Amino acid sequence: MKKILFFVFLICFFSAACKGKPPAGPILSNDGADGPVYGDTLIEGTIGEPSTLIPMLAGDSASHSVAGMIFNGLVKYHTDLSVIGDLAESWDISRDGLVISFHLRKGVKWADGVEFTADDVMFGFNTIRDEKTPTAYKEDFLQVKKAETPDKYTFRVIYEKPFAPALTSWTNLVVLPKHLLGGKDITKNDFARNPVGLGPYKLDKWTAGQDLVLASNRDYFEGRPYIDRYVYRIIPDAATTFMELQAGGIDMMGLTPIQYTKQTETDFFKKNFQKFRYPVFSYTHMAFNLKHPLFKDKKVRQAIAYALDKSEIVDVVLFGLGSPATGPYVPNTWPYNPDVKKYEFNPAKAKELLREAGWAARDGDGILEKDGRPFSFTILTNMGNSLRKNTATIIQWRLAKIGISVEIKALEWSTFVNEFIDKRRFEAVLLGWSIGLDPDQYDIWHSSKTKSKEFNFISYNNPEVDALLEQGRRTFDIGERKKAYFRIQEILAEEVPYIFLYVPDATPIVHARFKGIKPSPIGISYNQPKWYVPESMRRHHIDQ
Amino acid sequence: MLKYLLKRILEMIPTLIGITLISFTIIHLAPGKPTDILADFNPKMTPEARERLEKYYGLDKPVIVQYGMWLKRIVRLDFGESFSSDRRPVMQKIWDKKQPLIDRRLFVTFMINVISMIVILLISIPIGITSATHRNSLYDKIMTTTVFVGFAMPSFWLALLLMMFFGIYLGWLPISGLKSMNYKTLSFAGQVFDRVSHLVLPVFIASFGSLAGDSRYMRSSMLEVIRQDYITVARAKGLPERIVIYRHALRNALLPLITLIGLSIPGLIGGSVILESIFGIPGMGQLLFMSVMTRDYPMIMCILTIGAILTLLGNLLADIGYMLADPRIRAQQ
Repeated sequence: MKKILFFVFLICFFSAACKGKPPAGPILSNDGADGPVYGDTLIEGTIGEPSTLIPMLAGDSASHSVAGMIFNGLVKYHTDLSVIGDLAESWDISRDGLVISFHLRKGVKWADGVEFTADDVMFGFNTIRDEKTPTAYKEDFLQVKKAETPDKYTFRVIYEKPFAPALTSWTNLVVLPKHLLGGKDITKNDFARNPVGLGPYKLDKWTAGQDLVLASNRDYFEGRPYIDRYVYRIIPDAATTFMELQAGGIDMMGLTPIQYTKQTETDFFKKNFQKFRYPVFSYTHMAFNLKHPLFKDKKVRQAIAYALDKSEIVDVVLFGLGSPATGPYVPNTWPYNPDVKKYEFNPAKAKELLREAGWAARDGDGILEKDGRPFSFTILTNMGNSLRKNTATIIQWRLAKIGISVEIKALEWSTFVNEFIDKRRFEAVLLGWSIGLDPDQYDIWHSSKTKSKEFNFISYNNPEVDALLEQGRRTFDIGERKKAYFRIQEILAEEVPYIFLYVPDATPIVHARFKGIKPSPIGISYNQPKWYVPESMRRHHIDQ
Repeated sequence: MLKYLLKRILEMIPTLIGITLISFTIIHLAPGKPTDILADFNPKMTPEARERLEKYYGLDKPVIVQYGMWLKRIVRLDFGESFSSDRRPVMQKIWDKKQPLIDRRLFVTFMINVISMIVILLISIPIGITSATHRNSLYDKIMTTTVFVGFAMPSFWLALLLMMFFGIYLGWLPISGLKSMNYKTLSFAGQVFDRVSHLVLPVFIASFGSLAGDSRYMRSSMLEVIRQDYITVARAKGLPERIVIYRHALRNALLPLITLIGLSIPGLIGGSVILESIFGIPGMGQLLFMSVMTRDYPMIMCILTIGAILTLLGNLLADIGYMLADPRIRAQQ
């Protein structure tokens, strides 16, 4: 964090002298006129090093993003967020929603030439359910009553109860080559560092602490990727990564808001790079401890919502790179309900609500009181996230204007979770949730999930929401689900257990020589195998 | 002499056990567990699954029992397996026999530190001597200011400035890493040049901050020696100043520096953590940083133990060096 601040200072300090001499690179002309061709290398900078390339064992995002290039799932998301087949060509769901039969693609081969069959899925499924497998992703698969493989290309699962998130849980977590791993302990196996997959790329060389080189899979079932090599360079420092981008050492990275809006707005970057922007599947919020006497009253929570200007937070903290949130879903996705109570910025209304709730400034210090107790509370957040810290500061300032005194405390992550969240020792927290593409949020809002280490840590309890959550995960009908989730959003907007603050944007930058990138609601990397570099702009040549 | 050495080595054992016990306890006292990265704020994680994971890593036992188990393995020189999800033996991570020697983590860190040490000595000794002989001159003042600026400047900040200047603006030096992407295609001379150019900035940064300490020591130790009677005698004999300083005074003035070198080892290892993270160098320091972030206890303990052993060995070598260099100390033993 300190490092980043220093870097910001440094850029300002040097920008006059340092115009950024363009590195020996391609001259950009002839814009993609020659159509897709094979060749070149894409180098991406990554802060963390993957720890394992077996998806079900991985906990970190670096591992998942590399493993995602090597293993495919049975299903995946289409750019419009509908579910489409990947390794499964099609699937049938029984009328009662209890049985899903996946019909697998025929002729897909593992990188060692052995054919991929339903046995491999069965093997992955049994492994992830195994007591001895240390994985964080068991739960979805423990819902399955029975799995079977009627033939080589059919995989069938039977559930106890209909479970809507079930379909999309069949990702690359459960696709493992049985012929290589059968009967072996996957945690004590070289496979995690030398995986054999069936995705668009295969691991060529992994130099610990330095880089992972992936080579394209020429027999990839959707066609050989155009880019021959995909390299992940491990650079633990964000400032260094950005300099490597300028020096030509990497082709792709995620930018911070200041890098996106200021530091890359130069001619050099405009000429040599292309920037993208799309909402991330996550939201930042302020959550109230509903057991705390201060926040038991709905009016108080609503008043705070009126006192905050969400678009101001987006403009100041994110440099405009995000959108105000109104509920726990990302705008423009199917579960998102645009017509909920919005709480436009209105301090007068906030004051009025607080007065109705019995809060008034009596002793002249400008802070509201009720029964002799001043209205002051602490917002906790985790250390090292400057976006959250800045957001908290703006909230502090806005609430001071309506007579609420706020303190901010940033804590080291583990301390924050173990000592404060788990023990419910907080008044309000500023946090973010990453959300899956499936709208099921049972664990966050259901009243049965309030025990220590569970995720309804604000103790939210609303029988109607409980019923709707149950309903939403028990049907596969999108219309039905939509109705349930729309209603949940209305209730949440009315009751304000969280103040939904903003949905940030992802802001990746890619070198301009890469063509064929088509931004979509799920990002840019979904069609990475279709990216290409016109021959005239090729930078890396590989001896075949 | 031999008896003394043996005694010193035996004394190291309880010290080492003490160091490891304290490190082990402190690491476990810090909030957070290796399982957090999988389990924290992951809605797919039930409390039962969390318990299973903790049991899997042996974290359900009291810390002192865990330490006992760790110690039992260590006496067999088994540092255990990393808690990160690759579950590799930690020794393999820092000393991977499949890699060429020059790419093994421990070697990388060791090499950078040895080179920096040599650079520090090569620069700080002459600075110290000349500052002493030209005491209070303009040269002395400039040198003093320069080395203290180096001492006071945050090394990571200076590193970023230099990376920008040499890496982006001038484009002379690579910014990060240990070798280029096209390393394999280079000729042998090209490979050597590639490695050297990657090391220039890290070694400079590692050395710059330490110049102050060593050159100041050298200066004051030299000043003290110059004042002694035998130097006056040497001068009175009519020896040229060069011989007085470099033959007679220098030998005695170097003695305190030997101790200093032994003591600077922990500092260098600590510095490697920052240095290797900024420059993206795959060494032991970078691994330590990542392991601390994920609470990979066996990995942290392994690196700390190696650091402790190196420090103790450094002290021992300094004492031996002292004995070899100074007959007065030898006689006392």
